[in-house]
Amino acid sequence: MTTAAIATELPRDGRGRHALGWWGMVFLVVNEATFFAYLLFSYFYVASAARGTWPPSGSPELKIALPNTIILLISSGTMVWAERGITRGDQERLRIGLLITFLLGALFIVLQGIEYGNKMFTPQSDVYGSLFFTITGFHGAHVVAGLLMNLFVQVRAWAGHFTARRHLAVSNVALYWHFVDVVWLFVFASLYIAPRLA
Amino acid sequence: MATLAPPAPAVDDRLTRIWETPRGIGGMLSTVDHKTIGKRYLVTSFVFLVLGGVEAAVMRAQLIHSNLRLVSPEVYNQLYSMHGVTMMFLYASPVLSGFSNYLWPLLIGSRDMAVPRLNALSYWIFLASGIFLYSSFLVGQAPNDGWFAYAPFSLRPYDPGLNMDYYALGLVFLAVSTTVGAINFIVTFFKLRAPGMSVNRVPIIMWGTLTASVAIIFSLSSLTVACIYLFFERRFGMHFYDPAAGGQPLLWQHLFWILAHPWVYVVVLPAMGIVSDVIPTFARRPLVGYTFVALATVATGILGFGVWVHHMFATGLSEMSLSFFGAASMVIAIPSAVAVFAWIATIWTGRPVFTTAFLFMAGFIILFVIGGVSGVVTAAVPFDWQVTDTYFVVGHIHYVLIGINVFPVVGGLYYWLPKMTGRMLSERLGKWNFWVMFVGFNLGFFPMHISGLLGMPRRIYTYPSGLGWDTANLITSIGAYLFAVGVLLFVINFFWSLRRGRVAGPDPWRGPSLEWSTSSPPPPYNFAVIPTVRSAYPMWERPEQREEAGKEPSQLDRGPVLDQGRETVGTSSLDGEPLAVLQMPSDSYWPFLLAFSLLVLFFGLLAPVWALVVIGGVGLLVCVIGWLWPTREERELAMREEAAA
Ligand code: HEM
Ligand SMILES: [Cu+2]
Repeated sequence: MTTAAIATELPRDGRGRHALGWWGMVFLVVNEATFFAYLLFSYFYVASAARGTWPPSGSPELKIALPNTIILLISSGTMVWAERGITRGDQERLRIGLLITFLLGALFIVLQGIEYGNKMFTPQSDVYGSLFFTITGFHGAHVVAGLLMNLFVQVRAWAGHFTARRHLAVSNVALYWHFVDVVWLFVFASLYIAPRLA
Repeated sequence: MATLAPPAPAVDDRLTRIWETPRGIGGMLSTVDHKTIGKRYLVTSFVFLVLGGVEAAVMRAQLIHSNLRLVSPEVYNQLYSMHGVTMMFLYASPVLSGFSNYLWPLLIGSRDMAVPRLNALSYWIFLASGIFLYSSFLVGQAPNDGWFAYAPFSLRPYDPGLNMDYYALGLVFLAVSTTVGAINFIVTFFKLRAPGMSVNRVPIIMWGTLTASVAIIFSLSSLTVACIYLFFERRFGMHFYDPAAGGQPLLWQHLFWILAHPWVYVVVLPAMGIVSDVIPTFARRPLVGYTFVALATVATGILGFGVWVHHMFATGLSEMSLSFFGAASMVIAIPSAVAVFAWIATIWTGRPVFTTAFLFMAGFIILFVIGGVSGVVTAAVPFDWQVTDTYFVVGHIHYVLIGINVFPVVGGLYYWLPKMTGRMLSERLGKWNFWVMFVGFNLGFFPMHISGLLGMPRRIYTYPSGLGWDTANLITSIGAYLFAVGVLLFVINFFWSLRRGRVAGPDPWRGPSLEWSTSSPPPPYNFAVIPTVRSAYPMWERPEQREEAGKEPSQLDRGPVLDQGRETVGTSSLDGEPLAVLQMPSDSYWPFLLAFSLLVLFFGLLAPVWALVVIGGVGLLVCVIGWLWPTREERELAMREEAAA
């Protein structure tokens, strides 16, 4: 490309993969992923050195956690549906998709709260309790952050801010939301499934 | 406008109006100009260097002779802990961010960093977390468990004050700044290089900072997790490190060193990059083995993840892991050796000009070799058992850190300050500056190896006479003060240059890279036209060279002007093919306000005053929303586009 063409022919402002904001979100997600990696590293480190049974109170129940996992997975699907909508300029689909995603995420948090209430141990009881609540708690906090972001783009979606060409904020929130879901799969596998296999 | 002619003064005016930050307090708090932010980083971290130096000076006064008791053991603990924390986290890494923030856009022919507001945020949080950590002295409860804060000493039963709460919260706070900064560097590296600037044409400092930033993204969370556990355990009575409830004190050590070993590379690789970029200018030839040095930089960063356990050889690990990590720690010397040979070969085959900046780089090479050798020997496990926790280690870390960080930093300032201020520093005072620092440093820190071998433990606030340590300590203290005088000479030279220094002009050293093609100091928009780059040393291309090679020349004074708003060119990650004209954000108060909200929040957590936590949290939310809410112009642009489509 000649230098003359740079000013005239290139798209003004990067979209999609050219957008700087999108790259910023990618690396933020990588960084948060390492955060969870170290949380889970600590869990396995302590577990491997534990004397006696692990977890001390037996494997955590799946009665709530399993349906909750499914809820979160579905919410990723609805998020994809919403984002696809706006790439085609379908405002309605974006709004409804975001709303359903939000409700599913909120349901996850409520169910998680109920599960917390059922636990026979507390963060203070022993190292297992501390790790369990810290790890799931930080995941929950990330879900809440995702919900707030969702709310933010939802307000903007209802105000008609997004177009088929410009909807970077939606893509960023979607990326973050998928990340929160994937991290949950790791948390779920480590805290709920792994002890059953051992 | 697609102007191809060299820009006219009218264009300069227009660009200035677009990019300039208004003067006054409003402009100060809202600017996102990478040059201003870079200078702030440099000044602030230098202030922390001086603060850490004052702490060291008190320690060296105490140790100058046996049986002295100027400060109590409790105060001594706080001094070495804050000295370590300050030097490692508030000076050594931020000072390099200062260089990179200032230089990067100038080196790559761009008008700003990729995410300018995050850049501002990262500075404000750095400042706020520094203030947070130092406010601990006001209540007499500074961190007191060493910079690596080993559990279980750091737990509440053994250390009940606020000291380690300051540490845990302060480092989590600072981590936000570091992470945000790292993301900004990575995105800038891959998206904003001038057209034609493929990755094999960037200055080495960029490889250094890029590697450091990637290392930060992958390892810093480890310390954050460790500090969060520590805080939860101390404040809410949880158990992570407390063996009585099944916790693991060694968990802290693993999490800490997973970050802290790569951190050594964070504070040295960009500094080594400075050396690799300054030496060619004064050797008057391109760097020998550019590709190898770039690869060595990246390789060091990757290997750096595999060796953290060498800090834990004395903790009773299995023999298998001792041999593995011991061997890995020796391997890591290889890429460093590559870099050393490249520098020496560059000087050897060049025609060196002995400026002050060059002296600092040459001095660095010597210190690097000594520090490297004393480091490799500690990778030998049996030797490490012998010297762990003695002054041998203190000697080693200072050779590494001062040698590889402080010397290149001061040398780099001699090199680039004329660009930043427009004025030259005094070369005569500069030579004094170098020799006093160099002699003082070796006088001060070499004898530490000896006192260490004589069995002097580190972190002792005083020692009895008759152990044979007095002479070594006397010499050490004298050397340390001489070194401090050297740093003072630099400060004097700096202020002298601001008033009296010779006017530098755009290119006082005949430098090879793009920053020397702009005026000194550069205009707010950096480059009137976006350059096109065809070699690693665009300012050194000579017409006859080009013809020989049959290559297209770089274009520095012709190219797109982009004066329809804050704009710069976005290019492809590897080849630097132009992809888009990017719109850059304007100045904003949100980064400052956001950092301030966080400060309130962290003080709330520390005290604890939950009302402050809530205020800070709400402030945070408001700032994020305000920051991300689109401006009217952005909205209108979207509308226009929509209408056109
Ligand atoms: C004027 C220059 C300096 C002097 C005189 C000095 C002196 C000292 C002294 C006396 C100690 C305490 C040793 C002990 O009791 O165990 C120490 C520790 C330390 N210094 Fe320095 N230092 C200087 C500069 C630096 C710099 C520039 C850095 C880093 C970039 C640094 C990093 C450290 C670290 C990490 C420790 C270990 C702290 C700990 O034990 O927790 N120092 N220094
Ligand atoms: Cu190390």
